[in-house]
Amino acid sequence: MTSAAIPTLMARGLVKRYGRVVAIDSADFDLMPGEILGVIGDNGAGKSSLIRALSGALRPDAGEIRLDGELVSFASPIEARQAGIETVYQTLALSPALSISDNMFLGREIRSSGLLGKLFHQLDRKAMADIARKKLSELGLLTIQNIQQPVETLSGGQRQGVAVARAAAFGSKVIILDEPTAALGVKESRKVLDLVLKVRARGVPIVLISHNMPHVFEVADRIHIHRLGKRATVIKPRDVSMADAVAIMTGALAPMTA
Amino acid sequence: MADKFDGLPGYSGEAALSDTDAPHARFDIDNVGPLGRVQRFLHAFPTMVPLIVLALSVVGFGLFAGSKFFSPYNMSLIVQQVSIIGVLAVAQSLIILTAGIDLSVAATMVLSSVIAGHLAVRLGINAPVSLLISFACGTAIGFLNGFLVTRIRLPPFIATLGTWNVFYALNLYVSGAQSIRGAEIDAAAPMLKFFGENFSLFGTQISYGSLLLVLVFGILWYALTKTAWGRHVYAVGDDREAAELAGIRTDRVLISVYAVAGLICAIAGWSAIGRVGAVSPTSFFEGNLQSITAVVIGGISLFGGRGSILGPLIGALIVGVFQSGLRIAGVDVLWQLFAIGWLIIIAVSVDQWIRRISA
Ligand SMILES: Nc1ncnc2c1ncn2[C@@H]1O[C@H](COP(=O)(O)OP(=O)(O)OP(=O)(O)O)[C@@H](O)[C@H]1O
Ligand SMILES: [Mg+2]
Repeated sequence: MTSAAIPTLMARGLVKRYGRVVAIDSADFDLMPGEILGVIGDNGAGKSSLIRALSGALRPDAGEIRLDGELVSFASPIEARQAGIETVYQTLALSPALSISDNMFLGREIRSSGLLGKLFHQLDRKAMADIARKKLSELGLLTIQNIQQPVETLSGGQRQGVAVARAAAFGSKVIILDEPTAALGVKESRKVLDLVLKVRARGVPIVLISHNMPHVFEVADRIHIHRLGKRATVIKPRDVSMADAVAIMTGALAPMTA
Repeated sequence: MADKFDGLPGYSGEAALSDTDAPHARFDIDNVGPLGRVQRFLHAFPTMVPLIVLALSVVGFGLFAGSKFFSPYNMSLIVQQVSIIGVLAVAQSLIILTAGIDLSVAATMVLSSVIAGHLAVRLGINAPVSLLISFACGTAIGFLNGFLVTRIRLPPFIATLGTWNVFYALNLYVSGAQSIRGAEIDAAAPMLKFFGENFSLFGTQISYGSLLLVLVFGILWYALTKTAWGRHVYAVGDDREAAELAGIRTDRVLISVYAVAGLICAIAGWSAIGRVGAVSPTSFFEGNLQSITAVVIGGISLFGGRGSILGPLIGALIVGVFQSGLRIAGVDVLWQLFAIGWLIIIAVSVDQWIRRISA
């Protein structure tokens, strides 16, 4: 990561107000090509709001976002997705009554190749189920017996696994994970972290928001510390101790210049 | 802030917790009682409840009201009698699947039939063209409902309460509150009464309107279960915010749903001309509530996102069976209302009970 490289995803001066609450207060953001960027910050620091702005789920009041150096403005999550940014939101954004496979392909369904597909838009259920099964087993989530079972019958951790698998399967430029391991057990968290490393090996940069310091320090190349709606600093996990990072996050320690 | 510092060692504690959770969950699954099993089964197959009710009521009235009820002729008559409300119930189901409600279905249907009749009979425009214009009007009304719900962000109840009144008034204006009699239609545009015609088959009297009912259900069943659009309708009704984040243009889906519902109402309007034998601007005044009744008895959740489109077909048939059975048994009309009232209450109670499984 030379200083000359263009960030894959960059934001400058983002602002978002909810009435009196300033959720994003002139925040900057840089995700470099091929890196895992950890994002840490207190509850309510504005991490999710920042991510929602980057992924088109929220329209910032001010500021600019650049993807590969090009100015972008996403009016909706679909536009961000079409640009190759795939996001796992903290709320997961799954439809409880739909099946695992339907959820994974929501909004990008595969049609049958035959006449029924062309003329009558028939879905290719089998192809979708096969891919979904493959993606989930890559994540080690095939304890799920039936790919057609509704998501509401899954445990919280399994749901999170489905959401992560969906993002990992389709993200081509950037993958953003907002607390992807919050509801997961030790084994499942491990799987998600391994998946994150695998995706990076594919060359796709990842934003990983987490309250779990050991996880962040283990996999992140750089860590963006968010405080009071803006970026306090960016650190390298090698250079700063976990305790100091937490101190910066909570304001107990002034951030060193990045 | 203490939370943050807990984050370091605390996580393993949380993880251990979720590990012990897993066997717990399995424990629960293995130990559901017989009632729990029924609940699970109904959750997986929500159409079973109305199907069982339909079977029981057919058998019950067969025993109670005798062979007069149980004849093929009477069975086909029941289908004819519910053919209009059944088609309206398809439109209503679409809206209710998106967690909305449409109070304007009957007004849309009647206005469409009045427009078709006015154009074809009074103005002498060729019948297919008149019908196409009436379909366009129905679709436009649906589109307006969808626009009000998505862009103006009105609750569906309010939006369609408004359009119901507006279009019912327009219907009275266009028709001058006058019916167009069957003889006039026969002379000018017999095609308008097409769906009222019957043919006999094995002792039954099947009307083209009954076939239309089956056809409309079949097409919507296909669209809802076999196409991406259908998945999106369910996703929007289930959790609109999640659907939006998952990359669905929920506004477009909703507008398309309202527009399709409007078109279906207009088609019901054509069928209604045949069924009534005239164009009547004051017919089917209770169509809204009857369509909602069929949908609810059919097991589609008023909270959206759940239920099969085949449920309302069965729901409409159940209502028809009750009406026919009680009439043939010589029971006063008021008891029909009484029975259907209880059916609604029981149907929604069962729905609530089934939904509790996911909590
Ligand atoms: N839709 C909204 N309406 C009003 N205020 C909001 C909204 N969304 C977020 N906020 C406010 O913006 C601030 C930042 O919230 P955000 O969810 O981005 O924090 P976070 O860093 O992701 O927190 P957590 O770690 O708990 O997930 C909070 O004060 C929150 O109350
Ligand atoms: Mg958050």
